[in-house]
Amino acid sequence: MKSLRKTTGRVEFYIGLVFIALCLLIQIRSGQFFTSNNSVDILSAMVVPGIFAIGEFMVIVSGGFDVSFPALASLSAYATTKLFLDMNYEGGALLPLLVAIAIGALLGALNGLFIGYFELPAMIVTLGTSSVFKGFMQGTLNSKQLAVIPQGMRNFGTSALFVAKNANSGLTSRMPMTFICCVVVLVIAWFILNKTMFGRGIYAVGGNPISAHRAGFNVKRTRFFLFVFVGMISALAGMCRTCMMQQMHPTNMLGMEMNIIAGVVLGGTAVVGGSGTLLGCMLGTALIVVVENSMILIGIPTVWKDFFVGALIIVGTGISAMRVATANKPGANSRLRKEGSR
Amino acid sequence: MSEYLLRAVDIVKTFTGVKALQGVSLDIKPGEIHCLAGENGCGKSTLIKVISGVYQPDSGYIEFDGRKYTSITPRESIAMGIQVIYQDFSIFPNLSVMENLAFNTELAAGHKLVNKKRMRQIAEEALSKINFNVELDRLVGTLTVAEKQMVAICRALMFNAKLIIMDEPTTALTKKEVAALFDIILKLKAQGIAILFVSHKLNEVFEISERFTIFRSGQLIATGNTSDLDDRKFTYYMTGREFENVKFKPSFEAEKPVLEVKNLTVPGAFEDVSFDLKPGQILGITGLLDSGRTELSLALFGLRKTTGGEILMKGKPVSIHSPRDAIAAGIGLVPEDRLSEGLFLPQPISENIVISEIDQLSTNLGVVDRKRRQAEVEKWVSELAIATPNPDNACSTLSGGNQQRIVLAKWLACKPDVLILNGPTVGVDIGSKHDIHTILQRLANQGMAVIIISDDLPEVLENCSDLLVMRAGKIVANLDPSVTDEATVLHHMM
Repeated sequence: MKSLRKTTGRVEFYIGLVFIALCLLIQIRSGQFFTSNNSVDILSAMVVPGIFAIGEFMVIVSGGFDVSFPALASLSAYATTKLFLDMNYEGGALLPLLVAIAIGALLGALNGLFIGYFELPAMIVTLGTSSVFKGFMQGTLNSKQLAVIPQGMRNFGTSALFVAKNANSGLTSRMPMTFICCVVVLVIAWFILNKTMFGRGIYAVGGNPISAHRAGFNVKRTRFFLFVFVGMISALAGMCRTCMMQQMHPTNMLGMEMNIIAGVVLGGTAVVGGSGTLLGCMLGTALIVVVENSMILIGIPTVWKDFFVGALIIVGTGISAMRVATANKPGANSRLRKEGSR
Repeated sequence: MSEYLLRAVDIVKTFTGVKALQGVSLDIKPGEIHCLAGENGCGKSTLIKVISGVYQPDSGYIEFDGRKYTSITPRESIAMGIQVIYQDFSIFPNLSVMENLAFNTELAAGHKLVNKKRMRQIAEEALSKINFNVELDRLVGTLTVAEKQMVAICRALMFNAKLIIMDEPTTALTKKEVAALFDIILKLKAQGIAILFVSHKLNEVFEISERFTIFRSGQLIATGNTSDLDDRKFTYYMTGREFENVKFKPSFEAEKPVLEVKNLTVPGAFEDVSFDLKPGQILGITGLLDSGRTELSLALFGLRKTTGGEILMKGKPVSIHSPRDAIAAGIGLVPEDRLSEGLFLPQPISENIVISEIDQLSTNLGVVDRKRRQAEVEKWVSELAIATPNPDNACSTLSGGNQQRIVLAKWLACKPDVLILNGPTVGVDIGSKHDIHTILQRLANQGMAVIIISDDLPEVLENCSDLLVMRAGKIVANLDPSVTDEATVLHHMM
């Protein structure tokens, strides 16, 4: 009974319910949602937002906001693609991925330097670096759309783990190799957040940075390496996107930050930092991805997409705000206290 | 081996030209309970930070266990066996009791990976030190203040502490919780741990401590055995002033009540509350935390929905559904938590004073008349003796007592007929407390009707002309403070 109440009291439970309800609704209206090819399409569409969301989730847990990751990912991926094109590189995708991740780490370190060591607010710093990254890409690198990408990256983006075929319609969908990247990042992030003192330090800093310092956490270093890590995975996401699209479009990812933040917050991550789970973060992101991708299946024109995503954000965050408000009422408090004393 | 566990000698600490500590000394014997007292800003916190290694002193030295140090780092201080329990307990509300207890030990041991089993062991060991019982998996944010404090104490005990410094540990505790805390402190003393207890509450100092040290404006004023201390001396050492505690006697009492409350009910909080209030009267309302006293004040100010009864101002029924209605009817409220409810801390003092009367200071076009605003601000700063070099400084730069005066100024500026104060002197030092009482008595004598809601019994007995006691949402007694003692009031409260 107690564990049941614990489960139903969690945001993840409600967001899961809403997610299932939405899936069922689309299934009933269209009969297409749970087909094998659509499921694979959704998972494939999750790859890039999923990785971005994991990074954003970690930053929000630490008590800040990162709005620079789309620009960071674009710059890393653009610089890498351009470099390897100019080299006439013919090898596999591994080397470009590593180079992009290294560039991401460097750019993330820049964020981390200002946020961790100079103790500036993450939101302001990343607003600034976001602009700097964009400017550097467009100015110094003179970015324009790269219609071809190195063969190795191309192969990585098009090769499939498996192909799902819809027996009725005959439509097929490939599960891209990049999906593995998303899963690997998820596993690493889970390990860091739950199994390392560095990860617990991220929660501790998000809960109370002064206490964290007094307890013996190196708050500056924790924030620094957090942003290095987020830079690395954001760059990886940028490369996944580039490989999957078969071309490098420098501005294609810009502006994604709002929906990513929305997904993370929708998943029950506290905007003030310190609490939230990766499960909730992924569910929230999945909800947004499904709304973005599947409205067409129930006959709602894609032009309405933004409207529904926006409505979802308002309703979702509204519900969690209401739950917080009711939990803070005197009546609810005394109930909590009684439970505690039992 | 010296007689003392800790000696801080002639410590000087300057911050950008301001001398926070002007050569103060503090001696603590092993296993003693020592009280460090002083008003806000006297240098207590600065000395604690010097002892715990957060600040390095400009001159002077510290002797611990017979060894002399000219400066200490936080790490050394912990290694020596000094633990500080800060006012905010330094806890993580978002994490479990287990993690809160085990983090320090795990980090000190340099562990990089999380080992739940080991952390659980550490946490259990910590709790067993004072036989404290709490579920290890609960989030610390869901604990009561007293339980959070116990968690902080348990954590401090993990490092073979020889000296535990508690910075105003009783601020947010109920009477019962304070008693429990004192039990723990005595237990720790029995284990040979010295306690430095920082407080400015007179009764606590007398109850728990064996020796005391009092600071005023960065200087050592007195130190000695608590048994040689009495109320008068204590107050004098703290403030440098002698106070005459004046029992309030209404100089006049109007015939007709200004406020009549009839059978007022807020479901779940209180029911059937009736009383009259005349100009010139100070009405005390007391009761335990859950007696409904706070809700009553909120209901009178339109912040709680009433389901029954009525409120009459000057004989006419008024309907109060919002603070705006209450202000229009002539009712002002100084709320319980002045910091969160009563003040805009980052805003200038001047803005805070005029905020409630901003409508009256505006021209017909809705633009604030700057000259009149300035005059109003100056008037209240001098009237209430708010100690600030510049009224345009942020409110957060002031001490608790001065902040409370601003909340007062804000309401007096609206010239209310009825002023309700909820816990007017909670967290305020003795000098300011006395000043606030003087102001309230003067206001009543000038014809204002005042309600003081407080569980500080000496406060209500001394300053009120009438006293209502609430218990479980009902008024259970109407007492005359001039012939009532504390025990009688307590009897009605429980």
